[in-house]
Amino acid sequence: MDFNHTEDRAMLKDMVTRFLADNYALEKRNEAAESSEGFSREQWSRFAELGLIGALFSEEVGGFGGAGFDISVLFEELGRGLVVEPFLASAVLGGTMLAELGSDDQKAMIGDVISGEKLLAFAHGEPQSHYDLSHVETMARKDTGKWVLNGKKAVVLNGDSADALIVTARTAGSSWDEDGLSAFIVPANTDGLTVRGYPTIDGQHACEIDLNDVRLEESALLGKDGDAYPAIELSVARANVALTSEAIGLMEVCRDMTLDYLRTRKQFGVPIGKFQALQHRMATVLTEIEQARSAAINAAGRLDLSRREREMAVSSAKALAGRIGRLVAEEAIQMHGGIAMTWEYGLGHFAKRLIMLDHQFGDVDYHTVRFAEFSRKAT
Amino acid sequence: MDLNYTDEEIAFRDDVRAFLKAELPASVSDKVKGGKRLTKEDMDSWHAILNKRGWLAENWPVEYGGTGWNAVQQQIFDDETCAAGAPRIVPFGLKMLAPVLIKYGSEEQKKHYLPRILDGSDWWCQGYSEPGAGSDLASLKTRAVRDGDHFIVNGQKTWTTLGQYANKIFCLVRTSTEGKPQEGISFLLIDMDTPGITVRPIILLEGTHEVNEVFFDDVRVPVENLVGEENKGWTYAKYLLTHERTNIANVGANKVSLEHLKHIGRTQKVRGRPLIEDPLFAARLAQIEMELDAMATTNLRLLSSPDSVANAGPMSSMLKIKGTEIRQALNDLTRRALGPYAMPFVSEALETGYNEEPIGPDYAAPVSKDYFNNRKITIYGGSNEIQRGIITKMMMGL
Ligand SMILES: Cc1cc2nc3c(=O)[nH]c(=O)nc-3n(C[C@H](O)[C@H](O)[C@H](O)COP(=O)(O)OP(=O)(O)OC[C@H]3O[C@@H](n4cnc5c(N)ncnc54)[C@H](O)[C@@H]3O)c2cc1C
Ligand SMILES: Cc1cc2nc3c(=O)[nH]c(=O)nc-3n(C[C@H](O)[C@H](O)[C@H](O)COP(=O)(O)OP(=O)(O)OC[C@H]3O[C@@H](n4cnc5c(N)ncnc54)[C@H](O)[C@@H]3O)c2cc1C
Repeated sequence: MDFNHTEDRAMLKDMVTRFLADNYALEKRNEAAESSEGFSREQWSRFAELGLIGALFSEEVGGFGGAGFDISVLFEELGRGLVVEPFLASAVLGGTMLAELGSDDQKAMIGDVISGEKLLAFAHGEPQSHYDLSHVETMARKDTGKWVLNGKKAVVLNGDSADALIVTARTAGSSWDEDGLSAFIVPANTDGLTVRGYPTIDGQHACEIDLNDVRLEESALLGKDGDAYPAIELSVARANVALTSEAIGLMEVCRDMTLDYLRTRKQFGVPIGKFQALQHRMATVLTEIEQARSAAINAAGRLDLSRREREMAVSSAKALAGRIGRLVAEEAIQMHGGIAMTWEYGLGHFAKRLIMLDHQFGDVDYHTVRFAEFSRKAT
Repeated sequence: MDLNYTDEEIAFRDDVRAFLKAELPASVSDKVKGGKRLTKEDMDSWHAILNKRGWLAENWPVEYGGTGWNAVQQQIFDDETCAAGAPRIVPFGLKMLAPVLIKYGSEEQKKHYLPRILDGSDWWCQGYSEPGAGSDLASLKTRAVRDGDHFIVNGQKTWTTLGQYANKIFCLVRTSTEGKPQEGISFLLIDMDTPGITVRPIILLEGTHEVNEVFFDDVRVPVENLVGEENKGWTYAKYLLTHERTNIANVGANKVSLEHLKHIGRTQKVRGRPLIEDPLFAARLAQIEMELDAMATTNLRLLSSPDSVANAGPMSSMLKIKGTEIRQALNDLTRRALGPYAMPFVSEALETGYNEEPIGPDYAAPVSKDYFNNRKITIYGGSNEIQRGIITKMMMGL
């Protein structure tokens, strides 16, 4: 076994760290987060130029990475930098769907995604689906050689900026059937598509989507009719590897800021870190972060194993990230006292993202139950 | 023992209900129930309605215009007003300063200030904390130096809640540097319009303006604004804090939060079934409900105990810890009940007059904001760590 990153990944990590330190100050990030799209197009092109989007795709589709550890190395740094640009939506979610299901023609678009010229988003979740991946009520039917889509999609990350949406819809079966789901490429300007964008509390951007008789060419279908579920599950697994790694980066920032504060903030004539009441809790925080990191490593390293092994590792990592992320965020705020509650100090922005991560692609309870379901099935 | 309300208590509850039905404006209770932001006018007008009925100063003796209610009546009133969606009473004048004035203030101070608190002429804010003096309040540095019949005040206060609305601030100031740090502190009443005072907003992590910094630059305060004796302010400050803490237990508000969460649990669906039927969620909800029920009784036990004064220190600390932890647990579970709809945050949706369709369920807009904002409740009023310190110090005999 070897817990070190390959030389290439170590270089990638260093480069991102340096780039973010030099170019991604919190005020600039917040400015981008508050803009109409919720991120900066300029930063996005620079990330593309650095090759960071390409690092999330395999060589077969024109990238130079794409493995679980590529995702985790990059997203840990993106977490540390509190990056709001659409890596998750465009490259991990949209990109995986295209790479998994696309025909050669359809995959050609990946080049533009890697160069940053085209943005994708993944329109899968629905108002009632909570986190269930198979709960799709949006319908697609064939009508005189066209696909016609009707339904609603909820909290679609960066969907208001995407050039093309990867929309899932049911072509057979009923809610919660894994069979019968299909995926379509829907250009943003398609008639019948209504997109309502909004900011999220952690500085991201998402949207609600109405599909009202959206008519698509037959060539809009990705992969085989009714067979999209395995790709959906894989895309979300990869997204959860990204999110759990992002959580590690965020937790470590909260940890470092808090350690620093415990050493410098004086009350009763001593640094507050002298109080055992805080020391022991900080020891818990440090211990738990290591657990979250190990679980994230397990998930990244098991992405290519069997479905059961992969999904158990992913659910375990996401459940731990959810539980521990909340612990770290809440303890960091509490141990800072009032200063942590302010917009200006910065810790709160990391804490908000850390807490909201739990609301993307399954929270701690959802993944605990999911883990139990996979675990009780015989191998 | 008898845990049931007496006939008189039930009659009192019905009185309160009838009053709320007749007098609480729907425009205000709709805002409270919908989690919208309240304006100063909303809070002032509710105070005025209560004052007209003689019910504003719940915890004051009758002779000063208070209700003279006993603990059970206060609890009933709290439960009913919260359930009806009444705004929370702004505590600084009514629940914090007034008890200090009543116990330690001069006759002139009582005569002048108490009626002005009741009729809304004065809006008080609390000037305790400073950048270097949070938990260690006794290390405060804001100086007040005697100059004839004035004190000259210099220094800075911070975290001043709703100071942007206030025309008065009660402050702890240092009048002596001799002896123990607690011994040189005085309790001063200061007019916010006095030259030399500057108020600057602090924006909280979810973007709201709720607290402020207050700067004092050679501010002249008449000596008659000193409460009690010079250098004895620490005693009054501590007395005030025990009042602040019981108020923070907020049993009525916790009960409303619990009911709201149940409502959300019934409407949210997981796998097509109401969330409240999900065993994991149901267990989490039940745990909170059991804790809350016990805390409500702990609260009444403290308030109605004959030796409540002796126990007020550690018991009010326990209530503060439990009240705030239960509230945070409720905020947390409510946030999680929303699933992905906890994320959208359209700040304008919290203003009245916002008429666009809500994103997700109509109760979603304030939920995550409240979760983050209420991280403050285990920090302010003496952090929960400080409360635990008080409990051990007073109860362990070490
Ligand atoms: C089943 C068993 C097997 C053992 N086997 C061995 C053995 O094979 N060889 C051997 O040498 N010893 C052995 N021990 C002894 C063991 O190492 C001691 O019990 C242990 O070091 C704790 O000491 P103590 O029991 O005297 O508790 P104390 O040291 O008196 O501690 C009492 C409590 O106070 C806490 N405490 C003490 N100091 C602090 C502090 N500074 N801060 C915070 N909390 C503190 C402790 O954590 C504990 O909760 C064994 C003990 C047990 C129970
Ligand atoms: C939203 C908000 C509103 C407020 N409103 C007001 C107001 O209106 N008026 C006013 O005067 N003040 C107000 N405060 C201030 C509040 O009372 C202080 O924030 C609080 O007393 C904590 O002080 P601090 O923030 O300086 O934290 P610190 O005292 O620096 O504490 C930092 C951390 O160290 C811990 N700690 C400190 N000492 C010890 C110890 N001995 N043992 C164990 N742990 C310890 C604390 O519990 C905390 O976790 C408000 C604060 C907030 C956040």
